[in-house]
Amino acid sequence: MNPIGNLNKIFESRIRLGVMSILMVNEEINFNDLKQMLEVTDGNLASHLNTLEENGFLKVHKGFIGRKTNTTYSITKAGEKAFKSHLAALEEMLKFMQ
Amino acid sequence: MDQREHLQTLSDIKKMMERSSRFISLSGLSGVSAGITAIIGAVIAYSWMHDYYAQWDANGAFSLQAFNSLRLRLISLAGIVLVIALAGGMYFTWRRARKNGLSIWDATARKVVVNMAIPLATGGAFIAALLYNDNHLEPLVAPTCLVFYGLALVNTSKYTLSDVKYLGIAEIILGLLNMFLLRKGIYFWTLGFGVLHILYGIIMWWKYERTGTKD
Repeated sequence: MNPIGNLNKIFESRIRLGVMSILMVNEEINFNDLKQMLEVTDGNLASHLNTLEENGFLKVHKGFIGRKTNTTYSITKAGEKAFKSHLAALEEMLKFMQ
Repeated sequence: MDQREHLQTLSDIKKMMERSSRFISLSGLSGVSAGITAIIGAVIAYSWMHDYYAQWDANGAFSLQAFNSLRLRLISLAGIVLVIALAGGMYFTWRRARKNGLSIWDATARKVVVNMAIPLATGGAFIAALLYNDNHLEPLVAPTCLVFYGLALVNTSKYTLSDVKYLGIAEIILGLLNMFLLRKGIYFWTLGFGVLHILYGIIMWWKYERTGTKD
């Protein structure tokens, strides 16, 4: 079996990897908190979030706090599965190399 | 990508998961400062109580006025101690967060505050009712504080350093012991809010901050 067969191209970007890691352990999280934790700019984060959403890995909920928009993100079942197999592939690969 | 890079990726993932789900800026020094504040408060309270009993003995009779004045002073003192301890704790935590370049008011900090506030507010209302009922329930105040505070810590430990859970369990045990030894509240308070906080703070500082590592 090819140990890197399960590595997912989408998670090769550090920011997307960060987003997925954060969403694995948090039920939902809003845009500003993500931005703060990953230390990225609005535009950069937004485009990575778009990619993840288009792939069906995350769910977007648009809401309001008062008049301010509050967009929160959570992981989908497919996202969880994809990320877990990506992690397993990484571990597999490390074992393979030893 | 070589092996080192993959290891780096895995450790980045772990760090992101830790950082985003747990509030790690809580400083051990805030425990120490809260403990010292509590002990100073306890010494003042003890001397007031001592004077109260001396006065009782001198009069040879219970004085409702003296009792009510003591009660009011003790409640205000507890409030002042709480404010000073909180301010000290926030200062040291803020200092640590700044040193590590983390923001102090983020999603994890909000979780800590909310999860702490629910049992604490319940305990506060419960104690207010004990005092309000005026049925000589005062001896129950100290153990109730310890028990609810312990429960708040156990609840909060899910979102911050897991060591907080053990501090919480110790506080609960002290509170329950105090229930069997009523009217010794001042000693249990000194132990629970003073000594335990100082011990916990020193251990946390030793474990996480001494070396000056990033987390």
